[in-house]
Amino acid sequence: MNQSSEIQDRTRTLRARIIETSHRAGMPHLGSCLSCVDILAAIYFAVLRIDTAIPRAATRDRFILSKGHGAPALFQVLAMRGFYPESMLDNYGKDGGVFAEHPPTPDYLPGIEAATGSLGHGLPIGLGMALAGRIQGHDYKVYALLSDGECNEGSVWEAAMLAAAQQVSNLCVIVDFNKWQATGRSREIMALEPLAEKWRAFGWNACEIDGHDMQAILDALARFPSTDGKPTAIIAHTVKGKGVSFMEDDNNWHYRIPTAEEVVLSKKELGVTI
Amino acid sequence: MRNAFADELTCIAKENDKVVLLSGDIGNNLFDKFKKVDKTRFYNCGVAEANMMGVAAGMALTGLRPVVYTITPFTTTRCFEQIRVDVCYHKAPVVIVGTGAGLSYAELGPTHHSLEDMAILRTLPGMRVLAPCDATELRLALRAAMHEDGPAYIRIGKKGEPAIHAQSPDFRIGKAIVVRPGTDVALIAAGTIMPEVLKAADILSEHGISAEVVSFHSIKPLDQAYLEQACSRFKLMATVEEHGRIGGLGGAVAEWRSAQRAMSVQISFGTDDEFMHEVGSQDYARNKYGLTASNIANKVLAALSAP
Repeated sequence: MNQSSEIQDRTRTLRARIIETSHRAGMPHLGSCLSCVDILAAIYFAVLRIDTAIPRAATRDRFILSKGHGAPALFQVLAMRGFYPESMLDNYGKDGGVFAEHPPTPDYLPGIEAATGSLGHGLPIGLGMALAGRIQGHDYKVYALLSDGECNEGSVWEAAMLAAAQQVSNLCVIVDFNKWQATGRSREIMALEPLAEKWRAFGWNACEIDGHDMQAILDALARFPSTDGKPTAIIAHTVKGKGVSFMEDDNNWHYRIPTAEEVVLSKKELGVTI
Repeated sequence: MRNAFADELTCIAKENDKVVLLSGDIGNNLFDKFKKVDKTRFYNCGVAEANMMGVAAGMALTGLRPVVYTITPFTTTRCFEQIRVDVCYHKAPVVIVGTGAGLSYAELGPTHHSLEDMAILRTLPGMRVLAPCDATELRLALRAAMHEDGPAYIRIGKKGEPAIHAQSPDFRIGKAIVVRPGTDVALIAAGTIMPEVLKAADILSEHGISAEVVSFHSIKPLDQAYLEQACSRFKLMATVEEHGRIGGLGGAVAEWRSAQRAMSVQISFGTDDEFMHEVGSQDYARNKYGLTASNIANKVLAALSAP
């Protein structure tokens, strides 16, 4: 099995776990998690230079889930990657625990680089980390995953302009472009498109890919960093709720919690038995 | 004061290669010497303060010691959520410096006034809020803040503030500095209003009243030990600040007194709950809001003689 198929295989299990956890813990944002889980898996299983035994190593690559509401997906990926035992997730959403709807600060969970949840914060923080790497002579890379709705925030474009001016080529943005935000179509709420053109106009290299085609994700990430000094934006066209037919492109799953029957149906579709 | 800030930070940057300065498109030439120390540690982040604060937090989380500098409203109210989430929630050791605090930029209008900054930043867990009274205190406050393993906010004036300290005082965050000892009333001041407070003490002295003048440079944490002993020594405490009377030094002291059920009386000098719509210099604005030596002295005399 090649790397792409191997990671693709993991995403079926991850999707099943995310859906099960959403049901068990009453966690929303299922659609947003399913749209970005392929990207998360690619980054954590094929790209990041990290050592789960030394999660704070100075030279590690950094990944920031700027779309913090995708935390239920990130928590599963971090567990599968080995930052903490998967059994820890049995406590998801329980009082006094650490797994909430959004990532906690790095002090409270290994593998987390920044506590996000308020949109438009992760990219500026990531830019600071990328600049800090350059200042300190480290060659690590910084990745930030944004949602398309998050691109409503002015701070995203403030960061984009500074990153381009400073030629921060070790910074990579991936936009999980699932065409929805909380209450409607993202292109109808704000003039978001053409999104790749916007990033180019802000001085970035930008490409567009199918955000569920594992090989395409890996290929795009392999082209980063560029050699022309520009930061990189990967616009990943995705489907909200991807992987489960009755969730796909249905924005009700931004907040809806699946029933026990829907969990069974989902797992059947995903071909996951555990 | 801003020249002292640039000079002191340049000295600190020479000693510590983790120090980075982020400026919001302000201070042209002010930081030339800093840039000569290491131009890779100076960033003009443009007129984009929300991003600047996030960038600073990211740098701090990566082991650097960033200092963020711009005009006070833009480095506080403009990017309050970034300070709350990126800096304070993460306990990121970012030092935020607001220049032209209070009514320093009175003539520029309320967009440039800063009369709420201490109140809002004081609400954030882990944030230290400092208001040095002169350039000497500012230098010491900056060094002290850079030694802390967490966030700090320092509000400063602009230029030409009179020197208060002839010698370098013992400066510790959370420890007030008695500028002039006294026995009848405590005049507790935060920041660059100090010269008026000292003049008020002179006027009181002419009336036979011995006023203790204290630089309460730390609005958070408060010097509770000083307040405790002041409550036993003085029937009256007056707080003075170039800041609204809601939530600043006066508010902090009032909260403390309430929690302690302190019996001493407090009067608070600060700006009114309004935006200043007319044009005016800093002196005009201070006069409008009673932040003058004569008004402070008169109010204190009246309070002391009240039954």
